[in-house]
Amino acid sequence: MGLLTDLRDSISRVVDRLFSESEPKRIGIYGPPNAGKTTLANRIARDWTGDAIGPESHIPHETRRARRKENVEIERNGKKVTIDIVDTPGVTTKVDYKEFLEHDMEKDDAVRRSREATEGVAEAMHWLREDVDGVIYVLDSTKDPISQVNTMLIGIIESQDLPVLIFANKIDLEEANVERIANAYPQHETVELSALEGENMDEVYAKIAEYFA
Amino acid sequence: MPEATASDNGTDGVQIDLFSGNRMANLTSMEKIRLILDGVRDGNIVILEEGLSPDEESKLIEVTMAEISPDEFNGIEIETYPRSQTADQSFLDRLMGRQSTQKLTVIGPANQIQTLHKDENLISALVSRK
Repeated sequence: MGLLTDLRDSISRVVDRLFSESEPKRIGIYGPPNAGKTTLANRIARDWTGDAIGPESHIPHETRRARRKENVEIERNGKKVTIDIVDTPGVTTKVDYKEFLEHDMEKDDAVRRSREATEGVAEAMHWLREDVDGVIYVLDSTKDPISQVNTMLIGIIESQDLPVLIFANKIDLEEANVERIANAYPQHETVELSALEGENMDEVYAKIAEYFA
Repeated sequence: MPEATASDNGTDGVQIDLFSGNRMANLTSMEKIRLILDGVRDGNIVILEEGLSPDEESKLIEVTMAEISPDEFNGIEIETYPRSQTADQSFLDRLMGRQSTQKLTVIGPANQIQTLHKDENLISALVSRK
């Protein structure tokens, strides 16, 4: 019974995708807090539409609501794709308002920020289960990529049969180690970039057009 | 489940609950999540012999976020062994996108458990009292 249900769901997903070729694909930008997701979303949006998506900050959980930029047309190497970029809050399993106090925040503001952050993470998980057609998973290439949240999220994405590209961000920093990310998740293609400095964006756009078209 | 807790016994320790795969097999996803979070919110370390499915992990994060409360509950620390790249899955499992969920999983309160080391064969964690 479970097998038949799984088979029916798989066929249904494939059919849905076949018949929605002309619709913009909703591509979720996921990753841990402070990986540079909003910086990347803004870079893509500015390059192809002229507008930004949201404010960037070094303070964790700056993005506390999923934000969507619709109808972003990306064209590279003869391939063209129209996507809705969904910039999501960084996913975590814990939020402590005291961390925000270290960023010169008053307690009330820190508590409010932590509450909004928890709502944002829950929202991001809901989008992942229900509302995205593909995922760009952004990692800070100066940090260990094998964290539990990364392992869990990539497992969740794989279980949804969603196409995923892994972006090793912050290669402008000296401590960046892209190979560590590529070795951690060899089942997926890893593309290096610096969203802040705009490094390697040609390859980024070529991969987006190729993967999500 | 034990009736007495560590504090009931007059000891100032940390309770560890190990749930067998059989114990979890008959529970629904939400029953599993409730069992985990109720234990963790009591300050216990919960160990699952066979872990959760990706969908259950996703829901666990979502429910955990809903329950975080300042100065009371900061969330969870969760660790499983990284899934081995050579882990055998049947052709049908790969075709259906199914993943084995049989991975030992350790879950505890974020403010009481700290992972010291993790690789494919070992999870080493430091657990502190409440």
